[in-house]
Amino acid sequence: MDGAHDMGGAAGFGPVRPEPNEPVFHAAWERRALAITLAMAMPGGWNIDMSRFARENRPPADYLGMSYYQVWLAGLERLMQERHLVEADELAAGNALHPARPVAKILTADGVAPMLRRGGPTERAQTRPALFAVGDRVRAKTMHPPTHTRLPRYVRGHVGRIDAIRGMHVFPDSNAHGQGEDPQWLYTVSFSGTELWADAPDPLLEVTVDAFEPYLERA
Amino acid sequence: MTDHHHDHHHHDHSELSETDLRVRALESILTEKGYIDPAALDVLIETYESKVGPRNGARVVARAWTDPAFRARLLSDATPAIGELGYAGRQGEHIVAVENTPELHNMVVCTLCSCYPWPVLGLPPVWYKSAPYRAKAVKDPRGVLQDFGFALPATTKIRVWDSTAEIRYFVVPMRPDGTEGWSEDQLAELVTRDSMIGTGLAKRPDEVTR
Repeated sequence: MDGAHDMGGAAGFGPVRPEPNEPVFHAAWERRALAITLAMAMPGGWNIDMSRFARENRPPADYLGMSYYQVWLAGLERLMQERHLVEADELAAGNALHPARPVAKILTADGVAPMLRRGGPTERAQTRPALFAVGDRVRAKTMHPPTHTRLPRYVRGHVGRIDAIRGMHVFPDSNAHGQGEDPQWLYTVSFSGTELWADAPDPLLEVTVDAFEPYLERA
Repeated sequence: MTDHHHDHHHHDHSELSETDLRVRALESILTEKGYIDPAALDVLIETYESKVGPRNGARVVARAWTDPAFRARLLSDATPAIGELGYAGRQGEHIVAVENTPELHNMVVCTLCSCYPWPVLGLPPVWYKSAPYRAKAVKDPRGVLQDFGFALPATTKIRVWDSTAEIRYFVVPMRPDGTEGWSEDQLAELVTRDSMIGTGLAKRPDEVTR
């Protein structure tokens, strides 16, 4: 979706503000928000692409008006409500009002290290040959799906070069909507700064994105 | 929370308190329903607050600086090479290491969200997740470096890696001059988090006490 999350090249946000000696968390609630979000994926059963879509799919002013972990919370509340794990009246009341739904598994203290170590690899078996080879010129498709995608707007319509083939990976555009993993070839595609930004002051800039095969056409 | 505020947060204290209450309520609802175990939350927080962080990545870089065979393995297939030092897992399932040279500077961003190599760098800093960085890095990376207080030679090429899929990029900064004969532990002290994102350089020998 063409949402506020797709920020590459957007103007008006001002300078980057590094924070010397930045703490990992800036408030106690951020610690709990991170941990609750990581822990709930196990009983909740959603995948990372569903999580990303739940965070980004909201009015731009809401997305931009929230801090990072507030966006996480909003996404988490939506994922839980969609599955009736928690209802809106419970969130409003601040306590449980309905019986728990049965869940397959919850994260225990002993389970944390193995869960983090396992992670969520997305590479899958290579079931067909890759359409493109390193060095091929490709154009990022001009596409504006209302659903989840990982092709940023700033490269759409532009011509780049296949720099690396990363194997077949879970396709977020499908996986985010419960339509299966549908693995696709993944490529690192490089674009010159002058191709992306006609007014670019920097001819020595090159930008790469990791693009799934359905995002690309031969140029 | 410190008593000075950062104007890019746009949240005053009452809003923070409101969110604090909301998160406490959420934790209690989910615990009551049996979906979460608060002890597991404590372990998760402890992990990312004090165990997994940029010290991990600094050890990887220091090894690459001192062990040519390791450097070659790291640059050809980073995930198992990093695994040799015991770092692996969530948000680092598929890592690619890219090396800075006098001719080429690498910088990593995630314009769509906040993808970051957790096993080697920990959780991303606020600026990495912020709109200014996500907007500016792919268009004006030299301007970003100015925001961080340094400049590259005008002839140095910049390559910005936008982490749009599940590949996580990790920058191997240049080894500073004047560090010949330093041990891996000493070298690791020079490797800053920002130098592994590409928004900084490794420290010079005179910036640390040996």
